[in-house]
Amino acid sequence: MAYVAVKGGERAIDNAHAWLAEQRRGDTGVPEIAPRQIAEQLGRAVDRAMAEGAIYDRGLGALAVKQAQGDLIEAAFLLRAYRTTLPRFAYSLPLDTGAMHVARRISATFKDLPGGQVLGPTYDYTHRLLDFTLEQEASPPAAAETETDLAPMPRVQDILAQEGLIEPDALPGADDPGKPPADLTREPLSFPAGRDARLQALARADEGFVLAMGYSTQRGYGGSHPFAGEIRMGEVAIEIEPPELGFAIDIGDITLTECQMVNQFAGSKTVPPQFTRGYGLAFGHCERKAMAMALADRAMRAAELGEDVTAPAQNIEFMLYHCDNIEATGFVEHLKLPHYVDFQSELENVRRMRAEHEAAAQATRKAAE
Amino acid sequence: MEGYNFAYLDEQTKRMIRRAILKAVAVPGHQVPFGSREMPLPYGWGTGGIQVTASILGADDTLKVIDQGADDTTNAVSIRRFFARTAGVRTTTRTAEATVIQTRHRVPETPLREDQIIVYQVPQPEPLSRLEPSRVQTKIMHALGEYGLMHVKLYEDVARYGQVSISYDYPVMVNGRHLMAPSPIPAFDNPKLDRMPALQLFGAGREKRIYAVPPFTSVRSLDFDDHPFRAIRAPHACGLCGATDCYLDEVVVDDRGKRLFVCSDTDHCATRREAGHSGADSLPEAAE
Amino acid sequence: MIAPGALLSARGLALSFGRIVALRDAAMDIWPGEVLAIVGESGSGKTTLLNVLSGNVRPDGGTVAYRSGSGAVVDVHAMPAPALRALHRSEWGFVQQDPRRNLRMNVSAGGNVGERLMAQGARHYGNIRDEAARWLETVEIDASRIDDLPRTFSGGMLQRLQIARTLVTRPSLVFMDEPTGGLDVSVQARLLDLIRSLVARLHIAVVLVTHDIAVARLLADRIMVMQNGSVIETGLTDQVLDDPHHPYTQLLVSSVLAA
Repeated sequence: MAYVAVKGGERAIDNAHAWLAEQRRGDTGVPEIAPRQIAEQLGRAVDRAMAEGAIYDRGLGALAVKQAQGDLIEAAFLLRAYRTTLPRFAYSLPLDTGAMHVARRISATFKDLPGGQVLGPTYDYTHRLLDFTLEQEASPPAAAETETDLAPMPRVQDILAQEGLIEPDALPGADDPGKPPADLTREPLSFPAGRDARLQALARADEGFVLAMGYSTQRGYGGSHPFAGEIRMGEVAIEIEPPELGFAIDIGDITLTECQMVNQFAGSKTVPPQFTRGYGLAFGHCERKAMAMALADRAMRAAELGEDVTAPAQNIEFMLYHCDNIEATGFVEHLKLPHYVDFQSELENVRRMRAEHEAAAQATRKAAE
Repeated sequence: MEGYNFAYLDEQTKRMIRRAILKAVAVPGHQVPFGSREMPLPYGWGTGGIQVTASILGADDTLKVIDQGADDTTNAVSIRRFFARTAGVRTTTRTAEATVIQTRHRVPETPLREDQIIVYQVPQPEPLSRLEPSRVQTKIMHALGEYGLMHVKLYEDVARYGQVSISYDYPVMVNGRHLMAPSPIPAFDNPKLDRMPALQLFGAGREKRIYAVPPFTSVRSLDFDDHPFRAIRAPHACGLCGATDCYLDEVVVDDRGKRLFVCSDTDHCATRREAGHSGADSLPEAAE
Repeated sequence: MIAPGALLSARGLALSFGRIVALRDAAMDIWPGEVLAIVGESGSGKTTLLNVLSGNVRPDGGTVAYRSGSGAVVDVHAMPAPALRALHRSEWGFVQQDPRRNLRMNVSAGGNVGERLMAQGARHYGNIRDEAARWLETVEIDASRIDDLPRTFSGGMLQRLQIARTLVTRPSLVFMDEPTGGLDVSVQARLLDLIRSLVARLHIAVVLVTHDIAVARLLADRIMVMQNGSVIETGLTDQVLDDPHHPYTQLLVSSVLAA
């Protein structure tokens, strides 16, 4: 028989992508969704794509969600690939989340505190019943509004810090003054990985991974008795200081979710007992991510705080090498690329070993006869 | 391409990668960490190779991209198009015409020359990774040249199977100093790496490492004196061009298990057929 | 820095962990082929001393000098890490109390014994395997177990496998930390016999840490007694045990006799 090797990879790709585009659009009898609608009405999806895509731009986030047909890891991937091409013209000054224009702020450690508990837009306390009224277009009644004094709300850790009950803020460059914070988008991960690098990795990390690892610490795999000291979400101003100006300028506001976990610590011979902290920060309204991140951050500080490192969440190398879903999805999915050259060499290997095995068995049988 | 730099990456990034390449060339087989960027293709699909290629590509270059030895496999097509689109360079399927060859899983059968560069896509740059998962530990082993773990693995293979059971990504010692993963090329290709006239560059995007084998550098496959390294291939001739010394793909041609063996290197096979060679299964026209 | 003819000499070793003094002006010498036992109760600093002598722990002060096979005298704590690691896998050996710390538990007995040979450049599989088999027999493990994993071995066999793995390259100096600790008494006796005959035959110097005076009496040519991080008495084994001078040594010896 005659055989012609498989050809036509180019046309196959074009056809496949055309089909994908058609499927993305879906039934043309249904109006096409616009990125603006996604940004407005699927905001949490956009938030997650921005957090894991590591770029703050709601318009791009919405576009990525649309292009990815709502696959948020794919959307984050599109954003990462885009952000990497952007020139970097400045680094922002450290954010002051204490000056946040708060939309939500709760503490589980104090019943009331200066500034009060602000529930904000939350799924907490909703009953998870499918709301069939949403099948129809409807405008909800306006939410109640009230005057606020816009006074900054002190952060819970600052309240605890007044008594020295909690470890102080880890300032950038605390371990090595003069050293700029780590930037994993410029320099590869190396060990020992400082807390700056760890926090950056977690902030970009897959929400599901961080959630599971944070959860595992609550179930006994490296627990450290966490309390949600404070969770706050709202708008924070970004400032940069261009060298030619010599003073800081405000370049805009972004929405952030921040979580400060307060954790137990027994103290040591040299340090009196004191609460320690785990920290979480995410773009947009990503509360689950920020909380899980704070648990994971605290777990990864085990060695630094003289605790036994036994659980997966405390293993810095394990955590950092596996938390990034762009890395993970690429490598898992690359298994569908052809591997027939390698498989062929395995086939020949197994055949040869089986032949040698059979020859040896035959020789033994002959000898026995 | 509109809105993007030549060959996608910005010039600062390319310089950073070229510095890593220079260091890698200076210490053959040593894995140099680099600030791997997110690319528009997924990790594990050749991002390391693409970044290396993007950094060394010039407007006059002619690029060939292969996957599994073939120019027309989907991933090779995709990467070749990527550079045609972002760099506008000439592309070719002819090994001899290319100045830069990016590859996944094969080394071309046609011997490479001094004026060529081959770029390997590397999923896992650490040859010790299956034996020691911690990069902190493997880094120390490389620094001290302590490769006992790998030798023990080979010993265990021979004790258990009567031979080394590694058939691809077969570990090599480069320049007598560094243990190196040659990327998942079949062990059959390993001897081609030894003292190759072309510069060999290896890029691992997800793991953020670049390493290199400079021209004419010794690359030795690990073995025992009494169990020497053997390059294995299917014991057949190519059904299309009749070659008996090339790596073959096995193709199942019907549902009764009939197999056909054909060259994995499509360019090599086509060149041979043009020169009049033919195999048992070639079309009559091709044999003329 | 090194005593004439000595293999290893330590002078003025000092080490503290916070306020706890682990070593106080400790000194010692060991000559080729000699077995030196360091005895003392737990917390006396004997294991710390062993770790400092073997270069694994850096002292706050003092020196450790080693006369290598080439005749050159090296400062153990001033050596670059690669040279020290090379020494550990060639001229030196370390036998841990828990053999699992030293063995590769997922590698066959033959592979465990062969590793040091390969690390020294052995590349002939047949020779490596023959040598491994010989060593298994030497430590009284049936050579038919050569392809078995250590986890199928008893505690005594694991310890003997560790000894084979350590001695296969014929080191000139071996550090042993309670090598018979945690084993049954009958198993201990057999192991002690084995160690004694091996080190005598191969002319290996041994620095042996033990809390067990009986073990020291059986194996050691000389004894060093430690208390609170200081060496309080040194001498020939019989001399120290039969005629102890320091009151603490007297107490130590009499408590064994009484027990």
